[in-house]
Amino acid sequence: MSLHIPHREKANGSNAATKAVILVGGPSRGTRFRPLSLDLPKPLFEVAGHPIVWHCLTAIAKVPHIQEVCMIGYYDETVFRDFIKDSSKEFPQIKIVYLREYQALGTAGGLYHFRDAILKGRPERFFVLNADVCCSFPLNDMLKQFEQKDAEAVILGTRVSEDAASNFGCIVSDPHSKRVLHYVEKPESHISNLINCGVYLFSTDSIFPSIRSAIKKRTERPRLVSYPSSEHLESSYFQDDEETDKNEVLRLEQDILSDMADSKQFFVHETKDFWRQIKTAGSAVPANALYLQKAWQTGSKELAKASQNILPPVFIHPTAQVDPTAKLGPNVSIGPRAVIGAGVRIKESIVLEDSEVKHDACILYSIIGWNSRVGAWARVEGTPTPVNSHTTSIVKNGVKVQSITILGKECGVGDEVRVQNCVCLPYKELKRDVANEVIM
Amino acid sequence: MILHQVEALAAAGVKDIVLAVNYRPEVMEKHLAEYEEKYDVKITFSIESEPLGTAGPLKLAEEILGKDDTPFFVLNSDVICEYPFADLAAFHKAHGEEGTIVVTKVEEPSKYGVVVHKTSHASRIDRFVEKPVEFVGNRINAGIYILNPSVLKRIELRPTSIEQETFPAICADGQLHSFDLEGFWMDVGQPKDFLSGTCLYLSSLTKKGSKALSPLGLPYVHSGNVLIDPSAKIGKNCRIGPNVTIGPDVVIGDGVRLQRCVILAGSKVKDHAWVKSTIVGWNSTVGKWARLENVTVLGDDVTIGDEIYVNGGSILPHKSIKVNVDVPAIIM
Repeated sequence: MSLHIPHREKANGSNAATKAVILVGGPSRGTRFRPLSLDLPKPLFEVAGHPIVWHCLTAIAKVPHIQEVCMIGYYDETVFRDFIKDSSKEFPQIKIVYLREYQALGTAGGLYHFRDAILKGRPERFFVLNADVCCSFPLNDMLKQFEQKDAEAVILGTRVSEDAASNFGCIVSDPHSKRVLHYVEKPESHISNLINCGVYLFSTDSIFPSIRSAIKKRTERPRLVSYPSSEHLESSYFQDDEETDKNEVLRLEQDILSDMADSKQFFVHETKDFWRQIKTAGSAVPANALYLQKAWQTGSKELAKASQNILPPVFIHPTAQVDPTAKLGPNVSIGPRAVIGAGVRIKESIVLEDSEVKHDACILYSIIGWNSRVGAWARVEGTPTPVNSHTTSIVKNGVKVQSITILGKECGVGDEVRVQNCVCLPYKELKRDVANEVIM
Repeated sequence: MILHQVEALAAAGVKDIVLAVNYRPEVMEKHLAEYEEKYDVKITFSIESEPLGTAGPLKLAEEILGKDDTPFFVLNSDVICEYPFADLAAFHKAHGEEGTIVVTKVEEPSKYGVVVHKTSHASRIDRFVEKPVEFVGNRINAGIYILNPSVLKRIELRPTSIEQETFPAICADGQLHSFDLEGFWMDVGQPKDFLSGTCLYLSSLTKKGSKALSPLGLPYVHSGNVLIDPSAKIGKNCRIGPNVTIGPDVVIGDGVRLQRCVILAGSKVKDHAWVKSTIVGWNSTVGKWARLENVTVLGDDVTIGDEIYVNGGSILPHKSIKVNVDVPAIIM
């Protein structure tokens, strides 16, 4: 396996070829997104009326001269077929390809595996976006900094509270030059409250050699902890192919970024805008809110018009039926063909397609799964979490529960029934009041 | 509640009513002045400056109760039942002795003070057994009595208990009888019991075919036992019942669901609210899409915000509730 290093076209400035990669993960990932990922891959879950990955794509489309986007993941090819078809119509200037890993290679391993596809057309640099990130994706600002600093890598960073920081990759940077001095993933002690947003811009000249040297280092000095089990380790001794593959399980965060901090051309772009991870199913609610607010601020025509009963921002799919006496918003998305009855109240929630909410029901801080039914005068309720919080669980009576109530696919809530802080797996009928439970 | 008692007493020919109270008489006075006129009775307040137990207040009112030889009724205000005053007076007159206490049959006598009769006599009481371990009888003191004025001589003006001091003394002289109560009885001193008592009372109205109840034919009345004051306003698409009492000048919004609850005078329940097993106090407001349940009690002039959930909250007067009350609590 040899590495194709493109000839760098000098002094091309902003016209230099740029690509983007969206890391979409695979079905064995996203388990924390259950029960919503049981029926749909997480990147296709709709927030603010569009799949999560669409929001990434929209941000990429705003970068001039991007002609190709590679989605890398280990879902079946058919999974993204319709999405790519629809997106190609919406963004005709961009070619979208799906590159399937047949096993999880890690974020860096995946990039390296598909280096030929990425390097095709000789891009000088490419963005890497994790699909499970919700943010304003200030890609043009990152690009500007990249060019100004003649960088080899720019990472998007954001400030979080000190207690939250150790759950993320922490960045120590030079306050003036913005150069990354140190990077550590999920440290045990406090290092910095500037954290990795999971959005990068790499120069093709430097990232692939960096990954390659990490692979080399790995082969010489295998990091045993990354093997799934010792059993696996033994068998891999006898199978060259598999050993090679194992060596490719490389993650940008753990295996690459720390070394790149030693290279002097690694910079951080600190965003003051919103940023949230979409890990647990409940985190779709704040993500929905943030994307809706962004759409509202930028005057999106997709959103429902504000009125006495529509508190913006609210997204109502054109095929949904909403009774004029229902009061919706703020931060509500109503999916295709959903039917919302008279006198219904919905706030800070997502109602997915083909769901029905009967008259006088009240839905707060919740997700109503596909094809679910909520009875008359029912109350489906989660608990609001602070705006700057990066967790979706709360402690109630000493027990950790999900703050957002989630009904999986085809669930039913009886008339007048109350459901609070529950996660309900698909096909469940709730006939009695429930609180603080996972209903299986 | 007091109105039910005044009404029943007046029907039995009572002319003088003494209310032994120890707080807020001005609130009650206003209401009772109307009743005095309506039922042609004289209502006097006897105010305890310090708590006098259950017997002391009778001594305090000796001037009125003992003004002639006719016997007087004694009622605990937190007891609700079908008041048998006329029959009780006739029974008392027939046996001619000092006192008669109304007794009611209960399923679990071990929780109460049980009445034990003399073996030779069907109604003469022998003794009282407080919370009996072994079965001694199933009749308990229902908190309603008729007594001759001579009983007043047995009471001293100090904190005393009619159950523990006065009755045993009358008993010892063989002068105390019991009278069996027909129909429902309930001690509604606790809000929970007040709601159950209201349900029982409404059921008894239904049984009697009372015209006061809202007919089932009304679109919003759901499975009956619904008593709505004519001055109350009901919105569109409501579902009300069973066991709901709505007081004067109450305003119920659109799409409201009410069951097993009491909405007191001047209160407002806004659109799409859901209220169950709750007492909404006077002049209170329940917000849109609010949900109240599990023996929630709102005091006077309480405001529950829109979309708020209250689970078993006791909300003191003049409070405004803006966050959920997830577990039963007293909000001061």
